[in-house]
Amino acid sequence: MRKLTELDMTQVTSPIKGAVGQAEKHESAHKHVTGEAIYVDDQISAANQLHAAVGKSQIAHGKIKSMDLTAVYAAEGVVAVATASDVPGQLDIGPVYPGDKLLVDDTIEFYGQPLFAVAALSHQQALQAAQLALVEYEPLPAILDITDALKQQSFVRPPHIMKRNNATEAIANAPHNITGRIVIGGQEHFYLEGQVANAIPTEDDGMLILTSSQHPSEVQKLVAEILGIPFNLVTVDMRRMGGGFGGKETQAAPWACLAALLAKITQQPVKLRLNRGDDMIMTGKRHPFDNNYHIGFDHQGRILGAEITINGDCGYSPDLSDAIVDRAMFHADNAYYLDQVKIIGNRCKTHKVSNTAFRGFGGPQGMITIEAAIDDIARYLGKDPLSIRKMNFYDGYCKTRTSSTEGFHKTSLTEGANYIKPAEGFHIKQPAEGSRHTTPYYQVVEQNVIPELVNQLEQSADYQQRRKQIVAFNQQNEVLKKGLSLTPVKFGISFTVQHLNQAGALVHVYTDGSIHLNHGGTEMGQGLLTKVAQIVAEEFQVDIDTICVSATRTDKVPNTSPTAASSSTDLNGKAAQNAAQIIKKRLIEFVAQHFTIEPTEVVFINNHVRFGENTLNFAELVQLAYRNRVSLSATGYYRTPKIHYDRNKAAGRPFFYFASGAAVSEVLIDTLTGEYKVLRVDILHDVGKSLNPAIDIGQIEGGFIQGMGWLTTEELVWNSQGQLMTTGPATYKIPAISDSPLDFRVKLFESTNQEATIYHSKAVGEPPFMLAISVWSAIRDAISSLSGYTISPQLHTPATPERVLQAVELIQTASKAGR
Amino acid sequence: MIKFLLDDTVQTVENINPNTTVLNYLRHYLNRCGTKEGCGSGDCGACTVVVGELVGETLHYKSINACITFLASLHGKQLVTVESLQATNQLHPVQQAIVDFHGSQCGFCTPGFVMSLYALAKNYPVPSKTQIFTALSGNLCRCTGYRAIVNAAAHVAKFPPPQASDQQSASIVAQLKSINTDQITSLTDGHNQYFAPRSIRQLIDLLQHYPDARLLVGGTDLALLVTQQQQQFNTLINLGNVAELTTIKETVDTVIIGSAVTYNHCFQLLEKQYPEITKMLERLGSQQIRNQGSIGGNIGNASPIGDMPPVLIAVGACLTLRQANSSRQIAIADYFLDYKVTDLQPGEFIQAIHIPKAKPGYQLKIYKISKRFDDDISAILGAFYIKLKDNQIKDIHIAFGGMAAIPKRASHCETALLHQPWTAQTITAATATLTQDFKPLSDVRASANYRMQVAQNLLWKCFLEVSNPSSIIRITDYA
Repeated sequence: MRKLTELDMTQVTSPIKGAVGQAEKHESAHKHVTGEAIYVDDQISAANQLHAAVGKSQIAHGKIKSMDLTAVYAAEGVVAVATASDVPGQLDIGPVYPGDKLLVDDTIEFYGQPLFAVAALSHQQALQAAQLALVEYEPLPAILDITDALKQQSFVRPPHIMKRNNATEAIANAPHNITGRIVIGGQEHFYLEGQVANAIPTEDDGMLILTSSQHPSEVQKLVAEILGIPFNLVTVDMRRMGGGFGGKETQAAPWACLAALLAKITQQPVKLRLNRGDDMIMTGKRHPFDNNYHIGFDHQGRILGAEITINGDCGYSPDLSDAIVDRAMFHADNAYYLDQVKIIGNRCKTHKVSNTAFRGFGGPQGMITIEAAIDDIARYLGKDPLSIRKMNFYDGYCKTRTSSTEGFHKTSLTEGANYIKPAEGFHIKQPAEGSRHTTPYYQVVEQNVIPELVNQLEQSADYQQRRKQIVAFNQQNEVLKKGLSLTPVKFGISFTVQHLNQAGALVHVYTDGSIHLNHGGTEMGQGLLTKVAQIVAEEFQVDIDTICVSATRTDKVPNTSPTAASSSTDLNGKAAQNAAQIIKKRLIEFVAQHFTIEPTEVVFINNHVRFGENTLNFAELVQLAYRNRVSLSATGYYRTPKIHYDRNKAAGRPFFYFASGAAVSEVLIDTLTGEYKVLRVDILHDVGKSLNPAIDIGQIEGGFIQGMGWLTTEELVWNSQGQLMTTGPATYKIPAISDSPLDFRVKLFESTNQEATIYHSKAVGEPPFMLAISVWSAIRDAISSLSGYTISPQLHTPATPERVLQAVELIQTASKAGR
Repeated sequence: MIKFLLDDTVQTVENINPNTTVLNYLRHYLNRCGTKEGCGSGDCGACTVVVGELVGETLHYKSINACITFLASLHGKQLVTVESLQATNQLHPVQQAIVDFHGSQCGFCTPGFVMSLYALAKNYPVPSKTQIFTALSGNLCRCTGYRAIVNAAAHVAKFPPPQASDQQSASIVAQLKSINTDQITSLTDGHNQYFAPRSIRQLIDLLQHYPDARLLVGGTDLALLVTQQQQQFNTLINLGNVAELTTIKETVDTVIIGSAVTYNHCFQLLEKQYPEITKMLERLGSQQIRNQGSIGGNIGNASPIGDMPPVLIAVGACLTLRQANSSRQIAIADYFLDYKVTDLQPGEFIQAIHIPKAKPGYQLKIYKISKRFDDDISAILGAFYIKLKDNQIKDIHIAFGGMAAIPKRASHCETALLHQPWTAQTITAATATLTQDFKPLSDVRASANYRMQVAQNLLWKCFLEVSNPSSIIRITDYA
């Protein structure tokens, strides 16, 4: 650069725009509303662009006797057809363990499994051609549910056990015990943008992949592996997803791989976009579970022993199921201390699509099981379920401050000038002997805000008063009944696979003062790019508008982890902060040297740098530094501290910390039809020090409604042949606008993450999902009222109007018969 | 050749496959990619666009699903897409409100929400909460949980409105007038063809030429064959522009609705006669579907779970079926013969639906049961039309959807009730007879057991509601 850009030298003294803690709007909000935000299918196509579609199996389990693709080849517009034998490299794309063949080469293991892919001149031609294959099958018996899988000991991975002391004995010796079962339905992600990838051949036999994926690095790896080329010849570009929710963690890869395979064969760009029906049939969903519990407790309702069996329906292959069932087990305690406990986790293999990551990653299915048990205990003892919950919480103790007056102070260099962080002097109060603080996997629950949070919510939601009103309402109303429930969430934050807890970032500062930011995280709507940009803005003390966040690319930041486990801000935020701080440190050292002052006198504030009596605006400083040959680009890196876990012993500290919240839901049910309505929801949720309250509230509300859909109207139906019958929004009903609670009150709990997370915030992506368990529990409460709250109705999920009516009928019959 | 206005410019389209949808035309021919495909079946609203239509001298704006609308049906109308809104380089109030109230997350559904709210703003500058919910009933969002979007919608009026001059809209009216003629519109790519007659005469002539043509009214169901099953129609005849089929007439005792009249068009008139029907209509499909779908289409496709047919059976509606120069009237109850089989003869079409006006002393109760309140197909729909006098059942018509292969009357049940006292005992006895009337099926929406149980419970609910009008026993009535 010979000549530098002229700068606007107006002095700015107002605080920066988009600092950490502000309700900054989503970085793409403007583009979302104008339709200018570009998704993969919106990219302008090359003149020789081809479009692909997938031919799928018509049986759930069996062999291919013959596959005649003549008509497919001959169809109008068809350019190429690929089968398993056309894959030059590795055929198996299993993310952790083998088992996921890109195309069937031998045995079909689910109805709708991809058999071949076809590329044609148009999307419609490809879809039409894919219907023309003549396939003869040799069917084999199919396992289609958990009961059958358990009977046949059909597992994708071996069972796993977590235990402490002797649960069986504790239950046997307890004054009371209950047993129960809950069958939990799966869930379709229903991201509004379906799976899509465009593969563009590049020189040296390489491939550029545009994809809608939560895990670009894995797409890169798998495309390279199926093509048999080194990773460095594959570049993956991911600007934004139209929703992910876990459904694009592993499930985006096959379509990118198939597009790449066809692109390799044709040497033309190939786009593969699944239409909604194919997407629902061919991609994995949330795992259905069929769980059992046996709980011993005392006269007050305190749990003395618990045996919980968690059975996940993994579908035909391991995919991520080992970790997902583990997470279900890690959350089978939820917020409750289980002293004598045994948790068994089975990974059932069925001949269905391989189930996969979905917001909560097994956690919700573990958590609802213990919540079901708590409600049962309350009915058994004739008490309010909230009182049983409260007496079983982990002990509430947290780090305490040495002095109440100097608890917080301002800091300039490491955390940004305007941000308040907890002072030194916090220390962990060691748990007393015999206190109730250790999880079934031997992690100490350190910062347990739940007792305090629940107390606050109980007050602010007026729980006790409303409980009385509801009992009165139910006595007066024959047909409509109300229910109320408060349920807590304690969710462990970190990938339980330790090596995934790392992240990288890349920050460039250009000579006009503008900043380019990249990191390994992907944007699926959750506001990650906004939050990380806020962090960099805060670090440099510049307006967020000066920061450009562009597509996540494997050639910018390599070897990244999936954007998952709620941890992407924790990880990528820290990595970006690290990169920014490296550049900032160089700038500080340069200023100190250049102007001969102490580095501690250099302060970045309000788009400026102050040192002694002098001030430069940020861009001036950057130009000066450039002229004096200071590097203005850096990579940043972060790995989560403290975590470790020995799976053989089922003990350790898998989670850096816990995120918590609680919700009170009030519902109204119709005992003649089973229909229901959510009348009011109060949520209090802990995000630590919020990086962006607007985005955090959006995550809480959205997660809650999605969780409510999982437990109420979203029902997946398969026929007796293992064919999915709910293949579109006409039959699969996610919450629509009228399903929102009539009265919806969401608040952030005032708190600070006492671990050194990014600005002491807490992860927010998944935890709120499970707040919706309160809706399900409230429906059960309403049904239970029909028995005078003496019977705890069995209510499998999703609690569709049909299941609610069934439960109503059962309880009415049981009540008449006398308990 | 067809002509329509894209924003304020005439688009002339010829030599294009008439099976092309508006969505595909926008994305593939015009590169207007702001309009998204979320489902391709009119159930998610990501593809929502707004259509302006001339009604007399004024422009009416409505939201529709671009994915299940045939391009050819835009002839003579104005198409407004999300790209149209930012012409002035300033966000439209609905866009600004969504930005300011954090109403977008992943953004994929957002253009659809913007367009639904744009149509709402055109019709109701300061909308009520109910109007907002109605306008957005066909837009799914998987990220936000809707609260932020509703909040944005409620604040649209706070932003300065866009500067659209009267001249601009006058010019649009003038342009649309010049496009709309009395001629048959047609579109063909040399292989498939489309016709839109303007009069019954023209329609009859076309039917004689093309006896195998598929009749299109709205197309919210028909287009699914193209978008979901990759079928192509060789000849399509659109009834949507036939003057006689798109009008509503009123006589002393009957409302006569042309078979191509949309749900939303007849909403107000029906509300006057049967508020209970409009309460049900608010839950039929979505706003986009109600803007496009018609009662005639609902009857024509003979779905066993259509929502209007059981209601029309209960109130004793009949149909005019037209063929060439002859027409006949048939009770709607006799029209449905078997699963997707009707009494409609080859070359015949539904001309009008005759709905008798509410009779004094009668009460109509309609219960729609589905998994979800908005935009969901019924598991069961029960319609009860009752006349009581001195606590005696003088007349009773009961019809159900979702209980048989066709929408059907509950004859045994009616017999058990007629001339009986209106008592719990009578009702209990009558509910048992429903098992003689129906042998429902199990499918994705409900099991046979649930359907039967609910059908029986609905009769009981009807009894409770009629007996005690002040009691609230519907979830939908509780606020």
